[in-house]
Amino acid sequence: MIYYIASIAVMLIGLYAVLVKKNLIKIVIGLSLMDAGTHLLLVAIGFIKGGTAPIFSEPGLTADAMVDPVPQALVLTAIVIGLAVTAVALALVIRIYAQHKTLDIRKISSLKW
Amino acid sequence: MKKLLAAFLLGFIGYYLYTAFAGVPFGENKMEVGKDYLETTVPKTGAVNTVTSIVVNYRGFDTLGEVTVLFLAATGLGAILFGMKGKPEDKHREPSSILTTGAKALFPIIVLLGAYIFIHGHLTPGGGFQGGTIIATGVLILILGIKSFHANHALLSVMESLAGITFVVAGILGLAFGKNFLENILPLGTPGQVLSAGIIPIIYIAVGFKVGAELAGVLDTLMSTTRGEE
Repeated sequence: MIYYIASIAVMLIGLYAVLVKKNLIKIVIGLSLMDAGTHLLLVAIGFIKGGTAPIFSEPGLTADAMVDPVPQALVLTAIVIGLAVTAVALALVIRIYAQHKTLDIRKISSLKW
Repeated sequence: MKKLLAAFLLGFIGYYLYTAFAGVPFGENKMEVGKDYLETTVPKTGAVNTVTSIVVNYRGFDTLGEVTVLFLAATGLGAILFGMKGKPEDKHREPSSILTTGAKALFPIIVLLGAYIFIHGHLTPGGGFQGGTIIATGVLILILGIKSFHANHALLSVMESLAGITFVVAGILGLAFGKNFLENILPLGTPGQVLSAGIIPIIYIAVGFKVGAELAGVLDTLMSTTRGEE
């Protein structure tokens, strides 16, 4: 249960950074933190007590003593997508910085009306 | 005020997320499908690593889409930063000769590690995505260590396209042999050997090359933009 709380806390810290921080880089870091929290939550849900990694690397291992492999496969996908999102977000940040010479979202006001 | 509002919202979301997950028992087997995968993975796919067999074999089509997403992200990054020229900065210190020599010495070892990781993706923890990322970190060390280093983008796109074509051809071969798209057509071999698990190693090697080439291209684009080069 503590694992659920901790991963939800990581997600919320990321959301807080996205909501409150003024620096665009910190907002991207917040997005990454939300990502990481989701991954932790998924893997924690897939955990089974006494289970080991779902790899039949030794002859004596049986399916009963293994954790659920499906969340791990999904998290593998999610990590890659998170990386893609972070890369594109950083590219946008570079563009915004070139345009406005600042990363402070309070000073980027050309879309305000 | 804004922080208070944010804290209130976070408390709200946190409370409801907690109540949603409070009913999910921790550390117990909840899913039938995971059990089924675990029991059938070795006889059906020949792969020892269940996660790999799910990613590449059971859900291979999904992985093809995932690779496409990564490709789109790399292309989109190139499009966003296209023609961008940062100011030529002199605040980049020249890499010292220790860093340059170290980068050159480390690069082949890192590429070797990455290749090991994605060739043994069906036997050990690891696979194409992880191995490709490790290879891209090798390219990152070269970019940081050698001032005039530039990744060869033409070579990278050729590698990437060939790897993508390999993935799709491996899928279409399944159709050609009268089975489903991405269904295994090769003999399974002995589980635990490098040459086993049918088309899983082929696909994961292709994914490794593709991810490595894409991430190296992304890193090079980002670095040359911030360095003030075209």
